[in-house]
Amino acid sequence: MQPFIALAPSFLLTIGILIPVIVAIFYSFTDLTLRSSEFNIIGIGNFVDTFTSPDFWHSVSITLGYAFWATGIEMVLGLGIALLLNEENWLSKFLRLVLIFPLMIAPVIGALVWQLMTNPSAGILRFPLSWIGLGGFRWSADSNYALFSVILIDIWIYTPFVVILALAGLRSLPKSPYEAALIDGGSAWFIFRNLTLPMLAPVLLIALIFRLMTSLQEFAIIFASTRGGPGDRTLSVAIAAYSQAFSFYNLAGSIPMLLFLWAFIYAVCFILISYWRKAQKISL
Amino acid sequence: MKQEGNALGGLGSAAKTFLLILYALFALFPLLWMLILSFKPDSEMFTTTFIFTPTLENFRAVFAESDFLRTLWNNLVVSVLAVGLSLVAGVPAAYALGRFDFKGKEDIAFTLLSFKFAPEILVIIPLYLIYQQLHLIDSIVGLIWVYQLISLPLLIWILRGFFEDLSKDMEAAAQLDGYSWWQVFFKMPLPLVKPGLVAAGLLCFIFCWNAFTFALLLGGGNTRTSTVSMTRFLASDTVHYGWVAAAALICALPEIILALLIQKHLVRGLSFGVVKG
Repeated sequence: MQPFIALAPSFLLTIGILIPVIVAIFYSFTDLTLRSSEFNIIGIGNFVDTFTSPDFWHSVSITLGYAFWATGIEMVLGLGIALLLNEENWLSKFLRLVLIFPLMIAPVIGALVWQLMTNPSAGILRFPLSWIGLGGFRWSADSNYALFSVILIDIWIYTPFVVILALAGLRSLPKSPYEAALIDGGSAWFIFRNLTLPMLAPVLLIALIFRLMTSLQEFAIIFASTRGGPGDRTLSVAIAAYSQAFSFYNLAGSIPMLLFLWAFIYAVCFILISYWRKAQKISL
Repeated sequence: MKQEGNALGGLGSAAKTFLLILYALFALFPLLWMLILSFKPDSEMFTTTFIFTPTLENFRAVFAESDFLRTLWNNLVVSVLAVGLSLVAGVPAAYALGRFDFKGKEDIAFTLLSFKFAPEILVIIPLYLIYQQLHLIDSIVGLIWVYQLISLPLLIWILRGFFEDLSKDMEAAAQLDGYSWWQVFFKMPLPLVKPGLVAAGLLCFIFCWNAFTFALLLGGGNTRTSTVSMTRFLASDTVHYGWVAAAALICALPEIILALLIQKHLVRGLSFGVVKG
């Protein structure tokens, strides 16, 4: 019985969130706008409009690209940096302390600082770029590199998140398997591949899920740096839904997009976690 | 823990140092740049780069021309209480999910995680209407409650992994000795997952502290947090980048202090031989 008592407070605290989601689903069948509190029930019109619009699917592809590259690079980079930091020398000790600082700057402000630094005419980064012949690089103002520029900010802010988790995981690893492997004379890569990585997998899975979830929903970074532009080059689903609701006052029309995002995140996490649990059962 | 388990163990130490410094440059330069901006007078914001007359005007302005201190205090109250509540509710839940086999365990764990699947805007629009009915708009309680969405799933899922990794024998022994469920919990597993607890607590605090959308749309004049009030320096007619930089640095201070305090615990006590060994 105790497990359920231990779980009850967490459920009581978060269950309230189900109500807003259900209310939102109800609103998606109406023509509710920001302008008035009156509305009519119009059926599935909002869903049809959303899912038949090429703009929406464009936003989906932007969101997927953003989440894929941001999460992918953060995971690889974060794990690599954590391995490098997991050594006892003064540099690692010092950097363990300061490398998490980007995570501490509010994303809205972090994005702003990057916008200032990458400003093509006044930003500080125009100097080093001009030394390597990229003087005119326009970062997020260039429609070809806008998504890349925004993803870079995401990587800057959230790689430390992966580093912290991976480092905490590395530090709670048992020592005896390593001693055995060392006696057997395994190479560094062999030991990493067959000992460290499998033992670190649970922590890495959690980092992956949380990064994937938040990058699919990312709003603050994109909004503060490009607002979806230039054109629609960084117009993710979250940004598109926001402008539908608050720029075009079409509150109800924005909800199908957000519900789609919610369902997509649900499905991705469900698949990842069931796959993981299955893999664990086989290995036991 | 030395470098035995390191994929990069094959690399020379010079190469490792080089890679670390390269990443450190990327991670820290924007912060250094912010630090510089915060001491730069508005008139020299774009005309000079490193050489300028440093001024404390930005910091003075941040404290004088707004109620920034009060919003800083609001943020502290909301974030500390939100994380505290998450710890009280979440640690037992993570323990239950990490240590016990019972029917529907995976479904429960997944449901708790799923509270984080909904995009914030999707939650906010209806939640605003509900909060109005409950008189929770612009209240500390309302913000602490909604911040549970940010911190509780994260805390539970991080800690659960740490609890799963512990050896079950010790607790079984303790239980045989006649200790109750809760006594065992406080005596054995809790101290052992301290690194996880500390890392998860720090992350939760950072994410609550920097929460923007919830604080902006569900907060208000009485509960405005410093994360929100910072961006108001941008909305005025002339954008004071120096003010924003100064405010952002002040705002990061509590997080930095917390991280430094916690760092010691992160490093110490982790090399317990008892774990799984």
